[in-house]
Amino acid sequence: MLDELDKKIIVIMQEDFPLVAEPYREIAERLGIHEDELLGRLKKYHQSGKIRKMGAVLRHREVGYAANALCAWIVPEERIVEIGKMLAKDAVVSHCYARISQPGWPYNFYTMLHAHTRKDCKVLAEDIAKRTGLQEYVMLFSTKEWKKISMQYFKD
Amino acid sequence: MLTAFDKSLLNIIQTDLSFEKRPFALVAKKLGTTEAIVIERLKFLKEQGFIRRIGPFFDSTKLGYIGTLVALEVKEECLAQVAGVINSYYGVTHNYEREADLNLWFTLLTPNLLKQDEILETIRNLDGVVRLLNLPATQKFKVSVQFSLT
Repeated sequence: MLDELDKKIIVIMQEDFPLVAEPYREIAERLGIHEDELLGRLKKYHQSGKIRKMGAVLRHREVGYAANALCAWIVPEERIVEIGKMLAKDAVVSHCYARISQPGWPYNFYTMLHAHTRKDCKVLAEDIAKRTGLQEYVMLFSTKEWKKISMQYFKD
Repeated sequence: MLTAFDKSLLNIIQTDLSFEKRPFALVAKKLGTTEAIVIERLKFLKEQGFIRRIGPFFDSTKLGYIGTLVALEVKEECLAQVAGVINSYYGVTHNYEREADLNLWFTLLTPNLLKQDEILETIRNLDGVVRLLNLPATQKFKVSVQFSLT
């Protein structure tokens, strides 16, 4: 279970990371705790999987990946794990989830594809279709970004 | 324009910042440069908008949150209005208009299922919403964006 200090640490770690030689010392000072306490807790979250990784998120349009497509697939139940593991290794796939289907919407597997152009995205999907043998899929290209933020945990 | 050094730095900084007292010194070592140069360059890349954020990526499920993806079919003339209401929810992190009958797709994180039901019920009843599909994940295979810059 997370205690109050854990929540405070998680909130502050979602703010701007100080670009200084000793960033954790600066954060610890703001929290009023010792740097070792902060680093110890962060390492614990990492070990337990609460933190998946530590680093930078890039703006993909800025780094040249202008096109992104959400691709929804129909995958037979017995092949979900095999295909999920295979596509997770694919550098062009950023997100890969199995999801429930709904009446009128038979798709149960989603990949987010990134490429420089829409045409490249289509080629990537065709390539995935060929490699997996999956034939039924739709590509959902985004036309407008209404909102895109990082989640602010425990700030509500 | 990104230099070759910037690209190497961005490739490393996406995953390899450590929980050690001098994290940028460790990055500098990998790149064969100094801590000061790494910090200076990161400031520049952040200012220029290449880096959106630096920090930990939390696992929402392990922090106790429940997530889902929601697809909506919304009448064209009501899209902006509906998107605005959706955006007003704190746990909505992504909301995209897409080219399909299901033309609005958003992700939602809530502290519990009850809250999720409540929000989806409100959205389902907005003017112009033809249908709403709740598509929670059953298995997650990959959850993060990582770009390889060459």
